[in-house]
Amino acid sequence: MERLQIVSAEDGMVFYLITLTKITVMFGIIMLTVAYTTLAERRISAFIQDRLGPNRVGPMGLLQPIADGLKNLFKEETLPASASKFYFLIGPMLAMIPALVTFAVIPFAAPLPTSWGVVPMIIADVPIGVLYILALSSLGVYGVVIAGWASNNKYAFLGALRASAQMISYEVGLGLSLITVLMLAGNVTLTEIVWKQQELGLWFSLPLSLGFILFLICAFAETNRLPFDMPEAESELITGFHTEYSAMKFSMFFIAEYAHMVTASALMATLFFGGWDLPGSWDDVFMHDGAWISGFTGDGAPISASLSVWKTLATFLGFAAKTGFFLLLYIWIRWTLPRFRYDQVMELGWKIILPISLGYAMIVAATILTLSQSGIDYGFVFGLVLTVVSGICTLAFVFVVDRGGTISGAASGKKVGV
Amino acid sequence: MAITTTLVTRPEIKDTSYLRAALKGMKITLKHMLNPKKITQQYPEVETRLHPRWRGTHRMEVHEDGRPKCVACGLCPTVCPANCIRLVGGEDDQGNRYPIVYEIDEFRCIFCGMCQEVCPVEAIHVGQDFENAEYSRERFVYDLDRLMHQDHPTTLLWDPSDPTSE
Repeated sequence: MERLQIVSAEDGMVFYLITLTKITVMFGIIMLTVAYTTLAERRISAFIQDRLGPNRVGPMGLLQPIADGLKNLFKEETLPASASKFYFLIGPMLAMIPALVTFAVIPFAAPLPTSWGVVPMIIADVPIGVLYILALSSLGVYGVVIAGWASNNKYAFLGALRASAQMISYEVGLGLSLITVLMLAGNVTLTEIVWKQQELGLWFSLPLSLGFILFLICAFAETNRLPFDMPEAESELITGFHTEYSAMKFSMFFIAEYAHMVTASALMATLFFGGWDLPGSWDDVFMHDGAWISGFTGDGAPISASLSVWKTLATFLGFAAKTGFFLLLYIWIRWTLPRFRYDQVMELGWKIILPISLGYAMIVAATILTLSQSGIDYGFVFGLVLTVVSGICTLAFVFVVDRGGTISGAASGKKVGV
Repeated sequence: MAITTTLVTRPEIKDTSYLRAALKGMKITLKHMLNPKKITQQYPEVETRLHPRWRGTHRMEVHEDGRPKCVACGLCPTVCPANCIRLVGGEDDQGNRYPIVYEIDEFRCIFCGMCQEVCPVEAIHVGQDFENAEYSRERFVYDLDRLMHQDHPTTLLWDPSDPTSE
């Protein structure tokens, strides 16, 4: 008979071997994704600008990332004479490691049944989940600040200053928009957040639509992607904090930026688009009272679920597709929108994102409280009411708040001679 | 053309929206992403089309018996603004003048095409060719033999009576 227990540290060697395998495989997959996201970025940007992009190395340019990597390995490492050597060397590492370790708490597929027990498809199912992500992703700014300061270069220093100011500003909005998810799921582990979305029958992007929009904006600012790439800002600061870096150290900043993108995309997919959950309830698997179930019948009795290898594979592909969509969105937006001015970034962060996410968290909290007080259980109706409330908030945000006030441009209302 | 003024009405501040404008921009970029015009030329595989009056490396016209058409009159080295043509003329038994040395330094040449314009016997031409990379600097001085063996099309001269045509 199959064991339905989750493989845990008490299983000894098996647990450590399985965890090691998961770490190795996921590290490989993330690095491969990062490499091919750089290629996708270059080719898609080329298509948007009616060019072809790199298409010489291998079929359709598919070996280009390998060529880039080799080139960066063999290039000369430069060390500015006036740089602070220790911090200059440690900067790229500090930027890269937090970007990679954040992925440890993101579940990437349905649990896999094996002869040793059920293996959860997550590297480390730590109980603090989201808090771990917030803590480590804000560590990423240290790499940027240290690199910028240690370079002893005014552009690098300005880039680092901007990075720290921007990341701190948007961390607030990010946290506040996350709170809505945590209130609805009632838990901070990402595994439970995925389970709760399966239980609700709706992905959180619908009942928390405004939260998703705010999280998306803040995630763009946190990963330093256009239109928020203030720390790099080629036209003003050369390339900002990594101006003085060359060869593999530069490459590490590059990997860090893309790894951040992959993690942020995976996070958006997990928090707001059901994680590895696929549409329909055939793949739903979550833990209820120590048993794997796929949902409840009308009178509240649990329906038991079966785990299988092909379900794990299908859900992994679903998760990959969702993450890939957000990566595409990152690239798509980068080549659409121009960079903000620095004061606009600060204004958006503190004057708009902060109060709106705060107000929205209050509205969601009040709705959840009212619903549970009036005896509606967590379920489809519960989600539907929240969807309507959030939909009204989103419409208000898009059509009332975002009206000239957010980012004011060349609009003057007067007739202008050209 | 007369200078004209166009009046553009900018929207009122209360009618502008960043998010909606961003979505509109994303629609345009999506259209290009899915259906790019791809105006890049795949150069080594696909030949570049040169215009008929495009001026590139020289070639020397030859008679049917293989002698160069050049009569060593000395007009082209005289008119050459970059002073890149070296010509030493000689005379054979019948009194026909011919070039003993005729060299063009393609590095000094500015490809103005005046040698072609001034030539009385239509011997020296600039041509429609630009693929002239070499491994050494000496190879860029083209001697008479090499000029006679170039086989690319020659450049069409500008016709002053029809200035807008190609």
